Amino acid sequence: MELLELLRQVLTKYSLVTAFAVIGVTVWGSYFLSDCLTRGRLHGSAIAILIGLLLAYVGGIATGGEKGIADIEMLSGIGLMGGAMLRDFAIVATAFGVRMDEFRRTGISGIVSLAVGVLMSFIVGALVAYSFGYRDAVSLTTIGGGAATYIVGPVTGSALGASSEVIALSVAAGLIKSMLVMVTTPFVAKYIGLNNARSALIFGGLMGTTSGVAGGLAATDPTLVPYGAMTATFYTGLGCLLGPSVVFMLIRSMV
Amino acid sequence: MTIYGTALLSICLLFGLSVGRILGAVIGVDANVGGVGIAMLLLILVCDRLQQSGRMQPPTTQGIAYWSSIYIPVVVAMAASQNVVAAIKGGPVAIVAGVMVVIVSFAMVPIISRLGQSDAPPPNSHTLPTKDES
Repeated sequence: MELLELLRQVLTKYSLVTAFAVIGVTVWGSYFLSDCLTRGRLHGSAIAILIGLLLAYVGGIATGGEKGIADIEMLSGIGLMGGAMLRDFAIVATAFGVRMDEFRRTGISGIVSLAVGVLMSFIVGALVAYSFGYRDAVSLTTIGGGAATYIVGPVTGSALGASSEVIALSVAAGLIKSMLVMVTTPFVAKYIGLNNARSALIFGGLMGTTSGVAGGLAATDPTLVPYGAMTATFYTGLGCLLGPSVVFMLIRSMV
Repeated sequence: MTIYGTALLSICLLFGLSVGRILGAVIGVDANVGGVGIAMLLLILVCDRLQQSGRMQPPTTQGIAYWSSIYIPVVVAMAASQNVVAAIKGGPVAIVAGVMVVIVSFAMVPIISRLGQSDAPPPNSHTLPTKDES
């Protein structure tokens, strides 16, 4: 008992190092499972992300917190390792080795996909909310924002003065979207032609959820990550800009 | 020195995030507008210049390449620290909205890919494999 307590102290004090070890072992196990059980058909990183989400669920149930497994004190380093700081750092690093002309060639499709992606998400989200009985423009726009990303939802909702219940719903919708994109992208990729820089850029602009796009592309083909991440990073900003203004006025004029 | 690469990466990210934040403030949005994207563009430009003039030493490259290669584990850690419980507890509206928007977005990818294909080389023709594996 005493020994376990001492161990716990070490793991907690060096939580980021603990995170490297835990995530490393998780990734190793995932690639092992991928080879043994699926003969590489289900990519190792897809399995690792699934295990990550599962761990997040277990952590959330066990602690009642909001940061998944990172709410367990010993594993708080996972929150740092997977937080915005290191995530963005690693995403930018993936751009190393990318050639400039590949971006230039796809520039316009990237912008089109961003505009279409943001507006379509609001429309789909608002339609679903409408079919569930929401009728006021504020709630419809907020839930629509959640269907864009889990940041656009609450930003739009608080700008428009939505109820906290609706804001929570919009966050949940965004989280579902992000998780689904992470998990399903490798399976859908070949049907939507997601196998080149151009379609990855468009994919990033349409999906918009940076975590979902990053995870989904990593599990599909890591060389596509910088292209998708590039457009996705503009999506949330664009959504926060259009949501409380243009989209809200459009929806208000319709209901 | 390896740290030169890591420092270059850091400076690009900090610069991009600052510009993105300022851009957000200018257009009146409380969010970072494209900060990471700007950082990526900057890194590509700077590395391109340095490599062409031959001033990029292999150790410097390693200082960037390491972080690029640690990317998937970082994403796994990110997945493990998501609020999955809240997402599932959000109820049917949240789930249906999330599922629907993902389906529609997936369907849009080939449509927009086909638009304006004239200004770009055709995407790989082996898009649809003949054998269905799933």
